[in-house]
Amino acid sequence: MSIQSCVTIINEWDIVAARQLGRNVAKELGFGTVDQARITTAISELARNIYLYAGKGQICIDKLFDGGKPGVKISAIDSGPGISDIRQVMEDGYSTSGGLGAGLPGVKRLMDQFEIESIPGDGTKIKATKWLR
Amino acid sequence: MRIPILKLYNCLLVSIQWELDDQTALQFQEDLLQKIHETSVSGVVIDLTSIDFIDSFIAKVLGDVIDMSNLMGAKVVITGIQPAVAITLIELGIGLNNVLTAIDLEKGLEKLQQELGE
Repeated sequence: MSIQSCVTIINEWDIVAARQLGRNVAKELGFGTVDQARITTAISELARNIYLYAGKGQICIDKLFDGGKPGVKISAIDSGPGISDIRQVMEDGYSTSGGLGAGLPGVKRLMDQFEIESIPGDGTKIKATKWLR
Repeated sequence: MRIPILKLYNCLLVSIQWELDDQTALQFQEDLLQKIHETSVSGVVIDLTSIDFIDSFIAKVLGDVIDMSNLMGAKVVITGIQPAVAITLIELGIGLNNVLTAIDLEKGLEKLQQELGE
């Protein structure tokens, strides 16, 4: 079972809207303040990547219920330039924007599950999930 | 919305009370440097007690404004970082190394006075 809500990312304000949505969902599902901060931060980083590198995209937040265990899934989808070397962007300290926007390895550490799919010229799809402990 | 910057003796006092968006953060950077210039203070305390998350962008803006203030001759102490903020920053890979910090505003002001040798 999954309930989804989405925010279209075009400008900086949409980043704020996306992380507020995520925080509200996390709070609603009973996540503590530390996990709320992790989820909010992860959304902020992913939304900023869309804003910086793709120009436009979507952040969707799913409430998951896996055998009664709640979770939050963040999907970041864009049809931007894509990433040609995923291994490189998953290395700590790699940046093409001088430290703005995030560290995908950071997002991976904040969340429990992390998947990335990208086709150069076609776009990027990232899914990151956090389960309630 | 602009973040208020208060002058207290030889220090500036900033308490960030709401979630920072990009524009507010960048405006704050300029406002703080301008205020340091106008008041010729030698220290700044930025209190983050009310902030419940910091992403890499806000961290970069904060780190930069600390370096910029140092360049101008003002020392900055960051205070009141919440446990959740400390955890997420380190997990993100942002250490904010070489930044002066203190547990709360009171300790921050004390630390600043020590640093300034007064």
